[in-house]
Amino acid sequence: MKKLLLGDEAIALGAINAGLSGVYAYPGTPSTEITEYIQNDPLAKERGIHSRWCTNEKTAMEAALGMSYAGKRALVCMKHVGMNVCADAFVNSAITGVKGGLIVLAADDPSMHSSQNEQDSRFYAKFALVPCLEPSNQQEAYDMMAYGFDLSEKLGEPVVLRVVTRLAHSRAAVEVTEPMAENPFSPATDAWVLLPGIARKKYAVLLEKQETMMQASENSIYNKVETSSSKTGILACGIAYNYVKEAIGDDANLVKVSQYPLPEDKIKTLAAGCDELLIVEDGQPVVEELVKGLLGADYPVKGRLTGDLPRTGELTPDNVAKALGKKTGAVFAPAQNMAARPPQLCQGCGHRDVYTALNQVLAEYPEHRVFGDIGCYTLGALPPFQSLSSCVDMGASITMAKGAADAGLFPAVAVIGDSTFTHSGMTGLLDAVNDKSNITVIISDNLTTGMTGGQDSAGTNKFEAICLGLGVEPEHVRVVVPLPKNMPEITQVIKEEIEYKGVSVIIPRRECIQTFARHARERKQGK
Amino acid sequence: MKKDIIICGVGGQGILSIATIIGEAATRAGLYLKQAEVHGMSQRGGDVQSNLRLSTEPIWSDLISEAGAELIISMEPMESMRYLSYLSKDGKVVTNSKPFVNIPNYPAEDALQKELDALPSVKLDIEEVAKDCGNPRGANMVLLGMAAPAIGILSVEDLRNAIATVFARKGEQVVEANLKAFDAGVKAATE
Repeated sequence: MKKLLLGDEAIALGAINAGLSGVYAYPGTPSTEITEYIQNDPLAKERGIHSRWCTNEKTAMEAALGMSYAGKRALVCMKHVGMNVCADAFVNSAITGVKGGLIVLAADDPSMHSSQNEQDSRFYAKFALVPCLEPSNQQEAYDMMAYGFDLSEKLGEPVVLRVVTRLAHSRAAVEVTEPMAENPFSPATDAWVLLPGIARKKYAVLLEKQETMMQASENSIYNKVETSSSKTGILACGIAYNYVKEAIGDDANLVKVSQYPLPEDKIKTLAAGCDELLIVEDGQPVVEELVKGLLGADYPVKGRLTGDLPRTGELTPDNVAKALGKKTGAVFAPAQNMAARPPQLCQGCGHRDVYTALNQVLAEYPEHRVFGDIGCYTLGALPPFQSLSSCVDMGASITMAKGAADAGLFPAVAVIGDSTFTHSGMTGLLDAVNDKSNITVIISDNLTTGMTGGQDSAGTNKFEAICLGLGVEPEHVRVVVPLPKNMPEITQVIKEEIEYKGVSVIIPRRECIQTFARHARERKQGK
Repeated sequence: MKKDIIICGVGGQGILSIATIIGEAATRAGLYLKQAEVHGMSQRGGDVQSNLRLSTEPIWSDLISEAGAELIISMEPMESMRYLSYLSKDGKVVTNSKPFVNIPNYPAEDALQKELDALPSVKLDIEEVAKDCGNPRGANMVLLGMAAPAIGILSVEDLRNAIATVFARKGEQVVEANLKAFDAGVKAATE
């Protein structure tokens, strides 16, 4: 049966039909739809497959590893920067090894459509010494779930599955297979205790497996070879394969790379029959650097490092065609009457009232800085508010405000969303409390994870208790309702808490207008 | 035969519904299809677009090449010109004529409309037409109707059937209202 699926949906359905027992994830573009699909899938519901959102990518990775320990197949999903958050657990899961198949899905975002960098998750797979699968289309994304779980169980190692935005968020027809049964419950019996003495032995085992991983790549059905009379050999990685085929069709001498570690023998054979290699890969020049090492300094290797393809940004059919010597270009000149239209906070959004109040109060403190965080409210950095001085990574608002306050900055204000606070803000708040840092933390609570489309937020109804539990003084945990009519009260509260020399937390709380509307619709439909 | 279409507008204007309907029609007609969408941050009142590729042959790239799109369908006049580098030599722009102004530096409207008139374009105040049909929320269906004759690879009837399928779970009334808006768009385009 064929189904029209987003890349993310193909991954989700592929996982369910491969006998998945649990998905663990924190929302992040472009990976969010995978978990959402599993949450709504009838078979997943019937089987009771775990799909509730996790607090962050580290808790997700660890829970998935635990499910694998118990013998079941587990999937952990995140956007690329989530790999940084779960890196400790991920890298060490390669040392413990896995029991039930474990796939670590990383959705990279070249061109930073919705991200703060374009780091390439293939580096992480190499760093942890585990295989990486990189589908070129929606069908492969589907098929690679069963394939990846099998590979993971055969090797006893986690497998990274890397996609990019253009595959995650693009639809195509996918041939869907019959669902397999879940793995039986069968916990591991060997010790996963990474004390140095055990870890050294397990690391040696991981190194011994490298040869098997290499052979798996050489023999992989996904690393196929195409031949022609061309003297330029091409390595087409993941979706880059599509752009190459779009440009030159069958006239290609190429190795399609969709499974890592690199199939070195196939690449050497290709190189031997050509005068040069062009490396076409979406993201960072991971393969280009490796191939230069593999073939030696004298063999001409072209790609992003040589400028044949752009050093940054995603691949497009145009920049790939150009690198292959095809003529491309627009017919129509760019429009004259054109202006940028950046995203903005919705009209009626509570974050707007927070920034209005904050700007009003802080106008009296010319030395102030507001440290921002990651979510819809990052848009407070743009006009008309222009309130924020920083936005770096999940949770950094509180800890950066603390460090700046330690250095003497006043007022040091942090603005963080409810979901981001439970993701990575709580530990930083404890540091600030223990140091009695002079900061004002605004937890702008819209009762949801807004930017990714309104997923449940882990801390809903718990924020006052969390702050009190971490040691914030009760009289300095203040709750307000961000509405224009409450502006005098909100500004008064902000002013008082800025003047308080210590840690204060202000919680402006009003539901996201998007989820509010959705909940109203659901009530109307009697859900 | 292939048809590469860019559907664009401002986040929240309903461009994904247009893409979904064309996608449904294409799937039923047995065409190959790839449809790249924009999710996430760009949806918040910013510019959004979807690359929709339909073909009787297998399709490689999810994205349309420069000068590759036979059709740009836009919910907003300025947005209809944002992707001109993708418009093919014989391509056509089908757009709403009424600006959606949510930025301080929106271009002067006279100059904008003049530039649009110089392009191979069809424009119409679709919100007005939708209101006249008694379905003010159906502007995107009016636009789809306007574009329907130019889609070519799918018939107007294919698209009507797809509207009925996509909106079926919302009830007969919603289907009828959307078909009426769609038909008004088709009529405007063929007159």
